[in-house]
Amino acid sequence: MSQYVLRRLLIAVPSLLGISLVLFIVLALAPGDPFSELATNPNVPPEVAAALRAKFGLDDPIYLRYLRWITAMLQGDWGFSFVSRMNVDKLILQRLPTTLYVIGSAQLLALAIAIPVGVYAATKPYSIFDQIANTLAFIGFSLPTFFTGLLFILLFSITLDWLPFVYTTDIKATGFRWVVEQVRQAIMPVMVLGLFQAASMTRFVRSAMLDVIRLDYVTTARAKGLGQARVIVKHAMRNALIPVVTLVALQMPAVFGGAIVTEQIFRIPGIGSLLISSILSNDTPVVMAVTFVFACLVVLFNLIADVLYGWLDPRISLR
Amino acid sequence: MAGLTLASPSAERRPAWSPWRETWRRYRRHKLAVVSAVLLIILIVAVTFGPFVWRVSINDIDFNARLEGPSLAHPFGTDDLGQDILARMIYGGRISLAVGLAAMAVAVIVGTLIGALAGMSRGALGHALMWLTDLFLSLPQLPLLLLLIYLFRDGLKTAFGPEGGVFILIVLVIGGLRWMPVARLVRAQFLSLREKDFVEAARALGASPLRQVVRHILPNALGPVIIAGTIDVAAAIIAESTLSFLGLGFPPDVPTWGRLLFDAKDFLDIAAHWALFPGGAIFVAVVAINFIGDGMRDALDARRVL
Repeated sequence: MSQYVLRRLLIAVPSLLGISLVLFIVLALAPGDPFSELATNPNVPPEVAAALRAKFGLDDPIYLRYLRWITAMLQGDWGFSFVSRMNVDKLILQRLPTTLYVIGSAQLLALAIAIPVGVYAATKPYSIFDQIANTLAFIGFSLPTFFTGLLFILLFSITLDWLPFVYTTDIKATGFRWVVEQVRQAIMPVMVLGLFQAASMTRFVRSAMLDVIRLDYVTTARAKGLGQARVIVKHAMRNALIPVVTLVALQMPAVFGGAIVTEQIFRIPGIGSLLISSILSNDTPVVMAVTFVFACLVVLFNLIADVLYGWLDPRISLR
Repeated sequence: MAGLTLASPSAERRPAWSPWRETWRRYRRHKLAVVSAVLLIILIVAVTFGPFVWRVSINDIDFNARLEGPSLAHPFGTDDLGQDILARMIYGGRISLAVGLAAMAVAVIVGTLIGALAGMSRGALGHALMWLTDLFLSLPQLPLLLLLIYLFRDGLKTAFGPEGGVFILIVLVIGGLRWMPVARLVRAQFLSLREKDFVEAARALGASPLRQVVRHILPNALGPVIIAGTIDVAAAIIAESTLSFLGLGFPPDVPTWGRLLFDAKDFLDIAAHWALFPGGAIFVAVVAINFIGDGMRDALDARRVL
């Protein structure tokens, strides 16, 4: 098992390097000097700009610049944000927990909807329930998150006045009230993101379940006289959910895209809204770092999925 | 069995079998896909010929009619400057649909090229290309899209003008980040097709590899590509709308559907119609294209029994 994890780790390293290379090439190919902002920004003294130019060695050959950039990134030296006036790594660490909290809750909500609906739809394929679930799933992943977000605000905040539509980090209340407010303001973003995820996940679960339910061992379990619920939950579902783990991990880039949009709509202070505001204010070090963090998170979740897969499916773990 | 049914008398009374007729027969069975195709055609006709029927300019400012709801003079209402939303949506719809189609074309062309190369090569090239595909699959799409537009927007704007430059950039970037599923599908098809007898026969007759690919393998691999391409149109429309919604797509004076939503989102409480019409248009276009893709899957996947 540990050997398997190690091998997966070794596979993750080149893809992380590849992604960093893609990011670096994009930055290097961009017309104009990305650090020319420094020269025109009156808030930055010229000697700081010169020091930064020297530090990034903008006149060196490209492979040297890449090596220097990647070492700096690995050492946690991610540069300085001129808009927020602090180190980029600190800024991101401040914002990251909120993003992970929203994304994590949304994924849990998506699983809580997708697994029961997908499994039940697969046990009765082409029934009314299956057809309704399928159509709703189709509509669900065709609705862009920015539109559902606005619809939710229109319905729950403006028409019904149930939920706040601006996310705040400094809630005035204390104790139990604080927890309630914290949950209340997270409901809409989590619903928007979670329902979007649930739509595509339901389809994965259903088709994975349909593949398994036809297998002989499921028929054997039925022939032994086990009840339907036991056959489905204990025998079929356990195996059907293994490929779903990988599919969920493959969805992570889309989830982060959705998170950026949701954070922007509900003004959640996470790294997604940080990315947008940095782009709008030309804060290059932050833009690069946030993109890199998103890339690392995608690779990390792929790694977790691979390891989970090996743990769940003993047929592949020893190879 | 298949040979027997051909000789049966009932087959002779049917009109001559043709692959296109068979595809259409299978497609027709998917009721929602047929409805969607009609909806999409209406949408395309509306944005193409709309300006000839609805002759209101997109830039007419009328401060007496600010944020008005739907009325006879303005069927979809007006925005905060009193501009007609229907006219703006017709204009924006052209751009949104054009971006969708053009980005799909980029994705399909790049994906088919890379998939075909990977599927035909038996050496390191195939592995390298698949590694590249997997690498692109694990890139965070939206952040990278935003980064590319942030870095290259000004350069292209000066080269091709504000609208044309951004159009080229958005199409290339969206298409350039969506070719991977097509490449994988094409490679998988090629790996099995290149070993088939009819390709072997072509090879034995002395067909060059290029001719084998273009005349024999590629036509047989097109089914999944068409399905993936259809769904790519919807994904590209969503991607463009997302960019515009974040304020980072087309310039503010180009009213794409996403841009209309971006402008409308601060007026939700007093002018909900401003957001609902463009949002609804994006939704209808995307859901229709996705259902058409689903219908195509039924129609083109020969293994599927209907």
